[in-house]
Amino acid sequence: MNVIRFMVENQAQVLELTLEHLWLVGVSTFLATLIGVPLGILIAHRRQLNRPVLAGANIIQTIPSLALFGFLLPVPWLGARSDRLAILALTLYALLPIIRNTYEGIRGVDAAVLEAGRGMGMTEVQLLFQVELPLAMSVILSGIRVAAVISVGLATIAAAIGAGGLGEFIFRGLAMVDDRVILAGAIPAAILALLADFSVGWLERRLRLR
Amino acid sequence: MSAENTNPAIEFRDVAYRVGETQVLSGFNLHIARGETLVLLGRSGSGKTTTLKLINRLATPTSGEVLVNGASACESDVIRLRRGMGYVIQEVGLFPHFTVARNIGLVPKIGGWPEEKVRARVEELLQLVGLPAELASRYPHQLSGGQRQRVGVARALAADPNILLMDEPFGALDPLTRDELQREFLLLQRRLRKTVVFVTHDLREALRLGSRIALMEAGRLVTVLSPREFLTSPDPWASAYVRAFGDGLESAANRGAS
Repeated sequence: MNVIRFMVENQAQVLELTLEHLWLVGVSTFLATLIGVPLGILIAHRRQLNRPVLAGANIIQTIPSLALFGFLLPVPWLGARSDRLAILALTLYALLPIIRNTYEGIRGVDAAVLEAGRGMGMTEVQLLFQVELPLAMSVILSGIRVAAVISVGLATIAAAIGAGGLGEFIFRGLAMVDDRVILAGAIPAAILALLADFSVGWLERRLRLR
Repeated sequence: MSAENTNPAIEFRDVAYRVGETQVLSGFNLHIARGETLVLLGRSGSGKTTTLKLINRLATPTSGEVLVNGASACESDVIRLRRGMGYVIQEVGLFPHFTVARNIGLVPKIGGWPEEKVRARVEELLQLVGLPAELASRYPHQLSGGQRQRVGVARALAADPNILLMDEPFGALDPLTRDELQREFLLLQRRLRKTVVFVTHDLREALRLGSRIALMEAGRLVTVLSPREFLTSPDPWASAYVRAFGDGLESAANRGAS
């Protein structure tokens, strides 16, 4: 109950940090989708590229997040504002699930359906937008969903480089050895993760039931 | 008859097709006349489907050439070439996320027909293949196998192509539905007079639907015969086929090349 009282007393700050957190996650997931979906489409059609691209995304995924934030700190334009830097790092992490799911989703489209389309004289662009992407959509969305949920968790670490977000409470709580402060960051973050999961999942179901 | 009408609709000139080390097709020569139903008959792996795909350039010959309406299929614009032929494959070829109407109207639509004209054409085609108009808004998974196949035929006919390529279109159907669709195919073909290339491994179907039967074995064209000739042919492959299918074939061949 102490936690709740603490959160109510500091509601302005809880709200502010939650919004900051949402901003970091939203922008980075959006950017990762913008980059990851076309990359996934590319490697689904140019097979020789799929190994290097997926390997690259995998390697990024293995870099410990704190280290990645640290590495990027001295980069000129980025280092100037820590939220830019956090968004870049979160975007890089979000790439893998989005690229992989786009790739798998498109690969999973029935070859006979594609051949029928091609045989009827559809161009590759028409096949992509009218057949491949619609049929792969639910798999692509579940990749975006995974990326968003991971980002909510990772974004708490962005506070370590001063990018704000709910991690501020968590780090402050750790320093103060005060569970209430830690939980004031952790609980809203957990709720955000569930919300991200739920909202993209809802979109996914809507599209599937069309 | 003008010179154009006496040209074969489709002509294979010494065509070979190889994938890696596998010779799928070799020394293939064949003329397909306008308005005939040529059946490519043969067992699995004999190269029937490949032959069909060489016509709409889903496959490109390793050597030799395929002429469609007198022009090499390799030289003409592949998209235009394909839009000028209907293509029907086993039921899997319908777009699962499109309604029946969108599936049927696809080729006219990408060909730039205005919306109302496409809609009118879809209605007309549903009627032509014997489907009730209310199916237009359904999705393929809500239809029976026979209905799906009718949609497939309607879709292939949508832009009124002169050539129809059919790859075992009735293969996955139960015997009764298959019989019904074969009968309707004959009626339709009597009216429309398309040039049809029809792939099957079912001799009974070949005898019933074909004006000529091209028998294939291991990537080669064994012989081309009318249904009646086929039954009495001394060719070892043809007679092996006839034996395997047993009695009662004569009645199937009655229509012949009438």
